[in-house]
Amino acid sequence: MDRSLLEGNPHSIIEGMVIGAYAIGSSSGYIYVRNEYPLAVTNVMIAVEKARELGLLGTNILGSGFDFDIRINRGGGAFVCGESSALFASIEGRVGEPRQKYTHATDRGLYDKPTCLNNVETWANVPLIVNKGADWFAKIGTKNSKGTKIFSLVGKINNTGLVEVPMGITLREIVFGIGGGIPKGRKFKAIQTGGPSGGCIPEKYLDLPVDFDELKKIGSMMGSGGMIVMDDRSCMVDVAKYFLKFLEEESCGKCTPCREGVKQMRIILDRITEGKGEESDIEALEWIGAGVVDGSLCALGGSAPNPVLTTIRYFRDEYLAHIRDKKCPAGVCKPLIAYSVVKDKCTGCTACARVCPTRAATGEKKKVHAIDQETCIKCGACYDACKFDAIQVK
Amino acid sequence: MADMVTFTIDGRSIEAPAGTTILEAAKGANILIPNLCHNEELAPYGACRMCMVETTHKKRTKLVVSCIAEASEGLEVRTDTERVRNVRTLVMHLLLARNPNHPVLKKMAAELGIEKSRFDVDFKGCIMCGQCVRVCREVVGVSAIGFESRGPARKIATPFNESPAACIACGSCHYVCPVGVIPMEEHDGVRTIWKTDFPMAKCSKCGKYFAPVKQLEYFRKLVDLPADHFDTCIDCRSIKK
Repeated sequence: MDRSLLEGNPHSIIEGMVIGAYAIGSSSGYIYVRNEYPLAVTNVMIAVEKARELGLLGTNILGSGFDFDIRINRGGGAFVCGESSALFASIEGRVGEPRQKYTHATDRGLYDKPTCLNNVETWANVPLIVNKGADWFAKIGTKNSKGTKIFSLVGKINNTGLVEVPMGITLREIVFGIGGGIPKGRKFKAIQTGGPSGGCIPEKYLDLPVDFDELKKIGSMMGSGGMIVMDDRSCMVDVAKYFLKFLEEESCGKCTPCREGVKQMRIILDRITEGKGEESDIEALEWIGAGVVDGSLCALGGSAPNPVLTTIRYFRDEYLAHIRDKKCPAGVCKPLIAYSVVKDKCTGCTACARVCPTRAATGEKKKVHAIDQETCIKCGACYDACKFDAIQVK
Repeated sequence: MADMVTFTIDGRSIEAPAGTTILEAAKGANILIPNLCHNEELAPYGACRMCMVETTHKKRTKLVVSCIAEASEGLEVRTDTERVRNVRTLVMHLLLARNPNHPVLKKMAAELGIEKSRFDVDFKGCIMCGQCVRVCREVVGVSAIGFESRGPARKIATPFNESPAACIACGSCHYVCPVGVIPMEEHDGVRTIWKTDFPMAKCSKCGKYFAPVKQLEYFRKLVDLPADHFDTCIDCRSIKK
């Protein structure tokens, strides 16, 4: 993804930008990079400095008469600054908040000048395309999504890390081929793509070719290229709540639907995961979600409801289990679960008693253990420690 | 004369100078689009989302905020579609949860058929239209107040929550607030705003307190007028000698 490119090959981005600047006749470029990525900041600074020394940036580049230089702007850690108008505001020295504009950045962007704003990965593709030709690049990928894409594969998967794949590869190939499947032979449940505001994709779409249009069709997105794999021990309501909480905190708070709507959705999810949900809550989440998507000023709000809307769409039964039966099928939502010992499986090895932080799991050696529900804090340590599958969560 | 564009709002043909926002053009034609953060004296902001309308241009339909989107030739604007109503209804419920009682909001809510918020009230009073911050920056030019924090925690505040050093006590923020949540009081020659006392100046002719001393100092620097121009109140100033 972008961070790995900035850290590992910032030269490709600089080269892409110089070519782009030459094409549009621009004399100044900016790289906006999060200050929380110190290695990315350091390496891109070194690369810019080297390029200046070699005469690849600055005045009269390689004797061509063309001038172009790059300035590095460090972002102060706001998710919303990934939004173009907020990013411009941040570079201009103002608060990183988006502005509603019905003009394109190519007409009026940074400092109200025509601006060509592109993602790091896009710029890094430019030198390759110029060197090898558009046909070569277009040969890889699908009809509307060309080339390759770097994904960050994390979560309940054997091989985590960054993978570069051709567009159009199926999710199944990524998860079970490159990713090596789910650890401990557990069952795949969902994959969340596109970063915090992406959607959760269920198993039935695993054979979907990964490209911009297909992901959008099923309620998710390409976004940043993040991919989080979840197994049957992930609660989809809890997952939706987790991402929504993040987005609530990252909302800049300028427009009403994003600032207040996401918060109200999170309050409802809090209720559901505490076993206080009502059936009308699902309809309420869908209604607020649709309004936030339609009404928000920028794409942060426009996509914030995605994790909730897609989990309702594909995992409605899990929401219903929380609301009707007051159960968390995945055994995650603490107010709705209880750990207990399966008597025929327990060997009395004392592993659970040794790891229990509140001494709720107790028992004599070689005798069946028990968990005291009053003192149990549902941390799951006993479950992980038991080698005989003798701890169950319900 | 500026180029004119012809477009329709809810089927009615309207002519407006190019560059006019849909909201302003509608107002000119006596079509009222509800709005809360719009103010003619301030740059368009587009934050409350009440003024959303649906536009169709060359078969492409989208939702836009009418306080920023400009009218263009042949544009079809609809102010009362289902999507528009949904967004407005949601925004109204959300704002009523911050301020359930203000008549301006209640009237606007009633027009949408809303009696009270479907959400639990978490009283804040302020509806975050930002007019106070913007008027202070754009019209007064002192930026004494600003936004603090982000997301639902966002609020209007003075720097470091202390007495605002740049404030001239002009009261613009108090006057512009649509829901009246910025208090300002005047007693015995002292104006209190943002929890700070500002002494008022006495008119050298009639002896009435007429404006904060800091505001007059600011005005004196701002305009090229005789030094004693601001010694008298506006009533005494307008009396011809």
